[in-house]
Amino acid sequence: MPELKINGREKSAEIKAEYKKFIGRKILFISSTFILIIFIAGIAATLGPYQISVIEVYSIVWHGIPKILQNLDFILSHSFKDFSLTYFTKEESIIWFLRLPPIVMAILAGVGLGIAGTTMQGVVRNPLASPYTLGIASAAGFGAALAIILGAGFATGQNIIIAANAFFFALCSSFIIYGISRYKGVSPETMILAGIALMYLFSAMTGVLQFFGEEKAVVGVVYWMFGSLAGATWDKLFVMFIVLIICIPLIMLKSWDLNTLSTGDERAKSLGVNVNRTRVVCFMLASLVTAGVICFTGTIGFIGLVAPHMCRMIIGGDNRYLIPASGLFGAVVLLSASILARPPIAPSFIPVGLVTAFLGVPMFLYLILRKRKGYW
Amino acid sequence: MVKLKVKNVKFRYTSVPILKDVCIELDESEMLGVVGPNGSGKSTLLRCIDRILSPQEGCILLDGQDIKKMHLIDLAKKMAYIPQSTTQVFPATVFDTVLMGRRPHIGWRSSEEDIEKVLETLKLLNLEDLAMSDIKSLSGGQQQKIFIACALAQEPDVLLLDEPTSNLDIRHQLEVLDIIKSIVVEKGISAIMAIHDLNLAARYTDRVIMMNGGHIYAAGVPSAVFTPENINHAYGVEVEVINHNGRLYVLPIRPVGKM
Repeated sequence: MPELKINGREKSAEIKAEYKKFIGRKILFISSTFILIIFIAGIAATLGPYQISVIEVYSIVWHGIPKILQNLDFILSHSFKDFSLTYFTKEESIIWFLRLPPIVMAILAGVGLGIAGTTMQGVVRNPLASPYTLGIASAAGFGAALAIILGAGFATGQNIIIAANAFFFALCSSFIIYGISRYKGVSPETMILAGIALMYLFSAMTGVLQFFGEEKAVVGVVYWMFGSLAGATWDKLFVMFIVLIICIPLIMLKSWDLNTLSTGDERAKSLGVNVNRTRVVCFMLASLVTAGVICFTGTIGFIGLVAPHMCRMIIGGDNRYLIPASGLFGAVVLLSASILARPPIAPSFIPVGLVTAFLGVPMFLYLILRKRKGYW
Repeated sequence: MVKLKVKNVKFRYTSVPILKDVCIELDESEMLGVVGPNGSGKSTLLRCIDRILSPQEGCILLDGQDIKKMHLIDLAKKMAYIPQSTTQVFPATVFDTVLMGRRPHIGWRSSEEDIEKVLETLKLLNLEDLAMSDIKSLSGGQQQKIFIACALAQEPDVLLLDEPTSNLDIRHQLEVLDIIKSIVVEKGISAIMAIHDLNLAARYTDRVIMMNGGHIYAAGVPSAVFTPENINHAYGVEVEVINHNGRLYVLPIRPVGKM
């Protein structure tokens, strides 16, 4: 039947074209999110008492980069503050020194939390998981509380100790979970249950600290847990960037293995994937990213949960595209929240962590209500 | 020629032995059925063969090579396992699901060749119209075909199937098994299939082994294994075996004795 054969070949070509179109759509989504980030960041930089237009912002940033690169040794030997006082005009200083750090932090934190969320959902095969599912947020919170209450109070100079403590305890909880799953088998159930247990433990320990803590320090802990971008400096951003630039490519290399995990452990094993190793490696990388972000920002809610879901609805579940997409989308959400977190009367801020929750909850409820057939 | 050899395999979870000294030989282009009551070790056997579980004793040879010494990826290029129930948690198109079967053959990017292989497989299983639909919106029968397609895209020499027909209606049961049978014959691959339905086993397999309590109780061509005595012993069911138009049918009468 020669006729049938031709039809068959046409059909294949049709599917191939459709498949390519679908991939094109994914790439389009990723690139347009990227452009959106640059656009929102430009708007965010105009907000504040000193009036600067969006165009000026882009121009200042564009021309500032070569200046910084030329004087890198000066920045490293002195500080960014000295540099901007010496080399920058007033406008340049305002943008580079005051306004860009929180914006860049919003972008980095959004990217980190979005990607950590997607990874964690893949690792435990559960769409309800988030970067915080395995207790990492309460562990980081405990670390911060320890520094704030038992350390030297909530002075700004102590920020680095708080961040280091939060980072350390966040990773502690991950290593405990890793240890437990090494002993008991790396199943999603073991990991989630261990994570929940640790979450209660660390929350209780934070509670004890708060119970005995000085009032002022306790307030500091509460503020830390709200999550905020206000403390952003280029030093912190540099550390955060290093963590992300190391971990994210490694996570992306595991995209295929994460894809196979979604069909079940047995099927993944049969496809030649070392399921246990993939799960542990991806979990530790996602934890590292999360810890690297929240030790500087405090616990910013919902991005790690909402970003992966929104992206999955738009571009499907293939982690090769979903991971970068949810990172960029997370940045969009956090940037938008950081704009909303600035009421007209500056310079008072609503902590951005609270705004993301207010922004995230309606988004999430909306998703649940109009969930696509067979989505969950 | 012997494709796969299972030699004296013993497996236990903690202290309960599941497989007690199982030996099997599988030829090229042969379809072997594994039957037996619930808990007799059928699924465990398949999982041991694909190294998802590691037996405590004995060895499994694929083309004369011990699978324990093979790299996971190399094993995945030669052997594919389709579990009894595969649940896709996240949304995925049929195309992407089948493309996953190419995992052992590809790096991060999928090549043109992989895409062609997926198209070929979709065509073979007549799934082309579904290519871009979300797998979770499909019926159980269609999903089962897609997971078979995924395993075939892996291009294995040996296909292991755990109850491929368990959730399917009578038409899909025949369709799926017809597909598997024709692939075994045409592509010369070998298949081991755990299956509950004795009539389907008799109809589609070249040989069957009947397991009971971790042992192989009987083995051979279906007509030799499916005797009223064997079935009575293994399942505790009184049956009548009927020959109709050259095919063997097992007609259950009643459960007997105490299990």
